[in-house]
Amino acid sequence: MFKVKVYVTLRESVLDPQGAAVKHSLQSLNYNEVSEVRIGKYMELTIEKSERNVEDVVKEVCDRLLANPVIEDYRYEIEEVVAQ
Amino acid sequence: MKFAVIVFPGSNCDIDMYHAIKDELGEEVEYVWHDADSLEGFDGILLPGGFSYGDYLRSGAIARFSNVMKEVIKAAEAGKPVLGVCNGFQVLLESGLLPGAMRRNESLKFICRPTALKVQNNNTMFSSEYQEGEVITVPIAHGEGNYYCDEETLQQLKENNQIVFTYENNPNGSLENIAGIINENGNVLGMMPHPERAVDELLGGADGLKLFRSIVKQWREANVITNA
Amino acid sequence: MSSLMLEPSPEQIKKEKIYQEMGLSDEEFAMVEKTLGRTPNYTETGLFSVMWSEHCSYKNSKPVLKKFPTKGEHVLQGPGEGAGIVDIGDEQAVVFKIESHNHPSAIEPYQGAATGVGGIIRDVFSMGARPIALLNSLRFGELDASARVRYLFKEVVAGIAGYGNCIGIPTVGGEIQFDPCYEGNPLVNAMCVGLIDHKDIKKGQAHGVGNTVMYVGAKTGRDGIHGATFASEELTEASDEKRPAVQVGDPFMEKLLIEACLELIQSDALVGIQDMGAAGLTSSSAEMASKAGSGIEMNLDLVPQRETGMTAYEMMLSESQERMLIVVKKGREQEIVDLFSKYDLEAVAIGQVTEDKMLRLVHNGEVVANVPADALAEDAPVYHKPSREPQYFGEFQAMDNDIPAVDDYNETLVNLLKQPTIASKEWVYDQYDYMVRTNTVVAPGSDAAVVRIRGTEKALAMTTDCNSRYVFLDPETGGKIAVAEAARNIVASGGKPLAITDCLNFGNPEKPEVFWQFEKAAEGMSAACSVLNTPVIGGNVSLYNETNGTAVYPTPVVGMMGLVEHLNHITTQDFKAEGDLIYLVGETKDEFGGSELQKMTYGRIFGKAPELNLEKEEKVQKQVLTAIQRGLVASAHDLAEGGLGVALAESLMGSKTLGAKVKVSGNSTSALFSESQSRFLVSVKKEDRQQFESLVDASLIGEVTNNGSLLISSDQEDVINLQVEELRSAWKGAIPCLLK
Repeated sequence: MFKVKVYVTLRESVLDPQGAAVKHSLQSLNYNEVSEVRIGKYMELTIEKSERNVEDVVKEVCDRLLANPVIEDYRYEIEEVVAQ
Repeated sequence: MKFAVIVFPGSNCDIDMYHAIKDELGEEVEYVWHDADSLEGFDGILLPGGFSYGDYLRSGAIARFSNVMKEVIKAAEAGKPVLGVCNGFQVLLESGLLPGAMRRNESLKFICRPTALKVQNNNTMFSSEYQEGEVITVPIAHGEGNYYCDEETLQQLKENNQIVFTYENNPNGSLENIAGIINENGNVLGMMPHPERAVDELLGGADGLKLFRSIVKQWREANVITNA
Repeated sequence: MSSLMLEPSPEQIKKEKIYQEMGLSDEEFAMVEKTLGRTPNYTETGLFSVMWSEHCSYKNSKPVLKKFPTKGEHVLQGPGEGAGIVDIGDEQAVVFKIESHNHPSAIEPYQGAATGVGGIIRDVFSMGARPIALLNSLRFGELDASARVRYLFKEVVAGIAGYGNCIGIPTVGGEIQFDPCYEGNPLVNAMCVGLIDHKDIKKGQAHGVGNTVMYVGAKTGRDGIHGATFASEELTEASDEKRPAVQVGDPFMEKLLIEACLELIQSDALVGIQDMGAAGLTSSSAEMASKAGSGIEMNLDLVPQRETGMTAYEMMLSESQERMLIVVKKGREQEIVDLFSKYDLEAVAIGQVTEDKMLRLVHNGEVVANVPADALAEDAPVYHKPSREPQYFGEFQAMDNDIPAVDDYNETLVNLLKQPTIASKEWVYDQYDYMVRTNTVVAPGSDAAVVRIRGTEKALAMTTDCNSRYVFLDPETGGKIAVAEAARNIVASGGKPLAITDCLNFGNPEKPEVFWQFEKAAEGMSAACSVLNTPVIGGNVSLYNETNGTAVYPTPVVGMMGLVEHLNHITTQDFKAEGDLIYLVGETKDEFGGSELQKMTYGRIFGKAPELNLEKEEKVQKQVLTAIQRGLVASAHDLAEGGLGVALAESLMGSKTLGAKVKVSGNSTSALFSESQSRFLVSVKKEDRQQFESLVDASLIGEVTNNGSLLISSDQEDVINLQVEELRSAWKGAIPCLLK
């Protein structure tokens, strides 16, 4: 069994109005050292072992559904968990 | 002419679309549930607004995998008119029938209000009843209508005259004030404003009616030719 | 299993008085023991504590609520069911109810407001009605008081928008008032309106021994446990720690639930249906059994659960959202399962109707609760609380009418339009989808919202109202005014007032002065409802609206429904055309107690509330409605906060070109800003002058112009001379400016 963490964020080139609003808010709280905020989605998937390579499965679900490649990038972390 | 109004779980402008066609346009219309596996017998396909599947991952992202979408794509490929409004537009983007994607409104707030649109291209099956450059009033009601595409796609949209409607006063940050675009073949239109909400003077205006009349007119003309 | 072990034994509950923490008094616990003939276990104590909370039992308010007139020729269903129902002819009826979600919104404003909307929608469709409109009555502290107030305001609005927009029911109206007394305890009252054919009316009753009890909708989790008890306590600084009591809403789930339930209503397999609202599975099962004179037995192992290891206590008290309890004919369960599965929803048989009038719960093969359903519902204790006239009331009554000093009328009018209570609420309703379902004829911002009934020539006018400043100064008069003003708004829109639902927001009823406010306000409302022929068909009581010992102003919000008999009667407040004559209907006195001008001038309110003569009110409303129905009225507007000056400005906000030229007499401050009651501002086409004047007792005060300015003169001088554009920017800009 694999525990997979998927992070989806807006692509660098795409304006992130939520991130901009949070950055503005932090700066108004005098956290001027915060120069950039990007907001994204974080998802946890549990994937059972199968014949397919787990990384292939993760990439596929990200490309097909979890992220929209037109505006979003994703990255992931895969951790194998030994069933108890 | 017979229209299908596609109903996804969470669609909520389906009833408005239905009544616009039936009561104001006087054409045939039926609701089609998202799990249908045929759109045979329908001459035009309407994807209504709402919050399909709660818009929980991204607007329209889950709806595009509905059974009926395979048929919608077939109908689009067969050249039938396909209109996606608001959430319907988002579904068309997610399914790749139209290029680009939607971001949240610049204000980060849902916006509901009548908006002024300019008809940029009246040479389509959805806009032939308007004058080019005509300014019409059609309401918007969305939280994610901030259209985006990359530079290359934008160039193509412009070169092919695919931008059909633009906002006069950009309400959501949309690229190039884009409110509605059409595919290269000219039979799939997606737009954020709701023409089906602008079909009755009692409710504040009927500028949306011409859009539906354009579709019917084009279809009648094509069918007369086919039948002859 | 391990969690079961953690539950205290009946002996411990009694000895350590654990029931007190759950909200039961010593006397109430003794009553429970007497009813059962034994000491209740933990689950049973939980059942009684939520069902006997004020929120579920109305134990403190019942004697007062009994005074309301609840019957009328059009009333099909009065208080007692999910929502009241009023006949509107053609075998159709309108279903509506208002409910508070104040405490959850104070703690978690987005979800508190969202689930408030979700709950009131369920009350309406559980009657079998299609929800067609939402309204909201909101109260906050002053926007410039603190970032917290602005946060609450923004998030409550976002929560209402988030739920209503997604579910596809238009939010068409309501009102918002700002006052320091609401700073720690905002009020969030949501109203839902539904439409139904007479034949489809359903009730929440569990009839027919052997019939099956089914659970439909979302799974049960541990959210909101003891929400009903929480709503029946004062907010203190420790309340933030009770955060888990706030539930999370899922409007997508509820949208599916509406469609499935409305399909279910058409099935003859359905016997009864009720929302699992406050006190969830407990109140829905106990009330359905009690109302039908039957019992219910449920196997909690079958309840769909979102979390593991839930105890009977947790399942019964959970306030997870988007769930309904239904009773269906025995043997028809599979049809129901199939119907719900079309919408990807669960429908599970969890029990049956019994004849022994007991609510019996089985969990892990054991009976974990066995209590009389009536004892939980109908037979909850009732208290007659002591009542005492507060000292301030006598002092206010003894005061002479004070006319605030005004130096510059232009400046005063502009400043009044900037007061958040008066200013445009566009910032708010811009976020609400008020058009979906394409029936909204009059959108937010006018006196009442108007929604047409598709397929007919009729429409419904709806509004919520309550000026709590008047109610604070004089609860009885203020209660009358709340009803009268709501009716005036309906009339100004072209509707005939039909009935009301009310949401009675007060402080701690254990304080005799608060209870006195409650009694007096209800008396005033009852009197007004009787004279105006608008019975009370249901509503909600929210007590304990206090922060650290200070109560909010008594705020009995009135949600009123009116019938517009023909679409031609629909009237708005906007002046329509140059040359139309402007009339003031009603009498203006030197009345500033609780007025916007008084608050703006002195920073506080005092003195007497404006007088209200109900007979005069009724006569004026009848005259104006008749004139509207005969097509003699171009625009009509109720005079409210800020008086005639503000009403004139508001009537010009919809036009880029029109203006008005008006002449007033007597004291200019009173003429412009007094808040005397029973008044309308009406404009009439010149050719209708005679007919209008023969029908309505009104004074001609001016004319609509086309120069885009508002010009008001007295006998001696020009008092107001302003460009409408300046008025508009003050009025529209105020709230966005305060939020920056």
